[in-house]
Amino acid sequence: MDIRELTKGLFRQNPLFVIVLGVCPSLATSGSLETALAMGIAATFVCVGSNVFISLIRNVVPGGVRIACYIVVISTFVTVTDLFLKAYFPDISRTIGIFIPLIVVNCIMLGRAEAFASKNTVMNSLLDGVGMGCGFTLALLLLGFIRELSGSGKLMGYTVLPGYNPMTVMISPPGAFLLLGLLLGFFNWMQLRKAAAK
Amino acid sequence: MNIERLFLIVIGNLFVTNFVLARFLGLCPFVGVSRRTSDALGMGLAVTFVMAMASLLTHTIDTYILKPQAPLLVWIAGAESQIARDGLEAVLRTLVYILTIASFVQLVEMFLKKNVPALYRALGIYLPLITTNCAVLGVALLNTPDDPAEMLTLPEAVIQGTFAGLGFTLVMLLMSGIRERIERLDLPAPMRGMPIAFVCTGLMALAFLGFTGMV
Repeated sequence: MDIRELTKGLFRQNPLFVIVLGVCPSLATSGSLETALAMGIAATFVCVGSNVFISLIRNVVPGGVRIACYIVVISTFVTVTDLFLKAYFPDISRTIGIFIPLIVVNCIMLGRAEAFASKNTVMNSLLDGVGMGCGFTLALLLLGFIRELSGSGKLMGYTVLPGYNPMTVMISPPGAFLLLGLLLGFFNWMQLRKAAAK
Repeated sequence: MNIERLFLIVIGNLFVTNFVLARFLGLCPFVGVSRRTSDALGMGLAVTFVMAMASLLTHTIDTYILKPQAPLLVWIAGAESQIARDGLEAVLRTLVYILTIASFVQLVEMFLKKNVPALYRALGIYLPLITTNCAVLGVALLNTPDDPAEMLTLPEAVIQGTFAGLGFTLVMLLMSGIRERIERLDLPAPMRGMPIAFVCTGLMALAFLGFTGMV
């Protein structure tokens, strides 16, 4: 068990800002902080569940059909999440729409399964899943925070900037692309600066 | 078949609710394979073909196997049974769709490898990437929504798949043209590659926002 497996996903190997995986759901659900949080939690649950399960069966699955097996495991956890959201949070489920079932084809899940869970112990895979999931959630929250605040002057649906003239474009698709591009540039700049300082 | 509705689906998927720029689907190949125009065209056409066929296959499977009162369920368990009344859609849809798409892509790859090696060499590298392209699973799910009233008919589903794919190809081509020029610019180091690609996509999406309200 290595605690670094947990922390690497948060910053050093952040799935969205450093490895640039899972772009589609993060742009689609970061229009408000609420949906961003829901998507982050859903993705974390699927990532942890599938990581643990795949790690458990890693010695039983033949190499030739391993990707198909991973997809079956991941889509099982996705279906559980989808039905749970539909039952208890129907409004959020309707807003996020097809992006919950689309977690199946999210590169983060399959990428972690293939690159990590299929080669490591259950405990380490669990930590890796939690770290990657939380890193993805953090990235989503950052996007959701900036977009909702600048696009509508609200946070979690509550007005926090009264009298603010909202930049509606930030909630719409162009704003999402622009913000992600600028944030990626910012994190690149930080990395380059750190590398230059060494 | 309602021609007006088909026309709306065509225009809608090409411009108004473009899969990449308005629905955020298929972004991985969009930024990954749009460096050169030839690559972008190949990937776009391969995705279009798979999306059209995936629409056909998943819609058929949904109608005949997964829906409540689907013929196969009725035939196996009887019209009165619990399973025929609820259908398998809620629990099995995601799993069945992704497995269908994955096996179809695998079949196409094997067929091309054996029978059309020239086309396989041109498209081969894109094919494995298409399974995890969320535009393909996305269009399959959009064709068969939970609400039966919004369900598309089979021809509508195939047309939606085809034109959503063509919309994807269009945006890929535009983007590759832009990126071929960006490569020669002297950008600040942190903005090179992905960041500037997303900023350009944002500007393009802003232009496409002008189509809103057309359909």
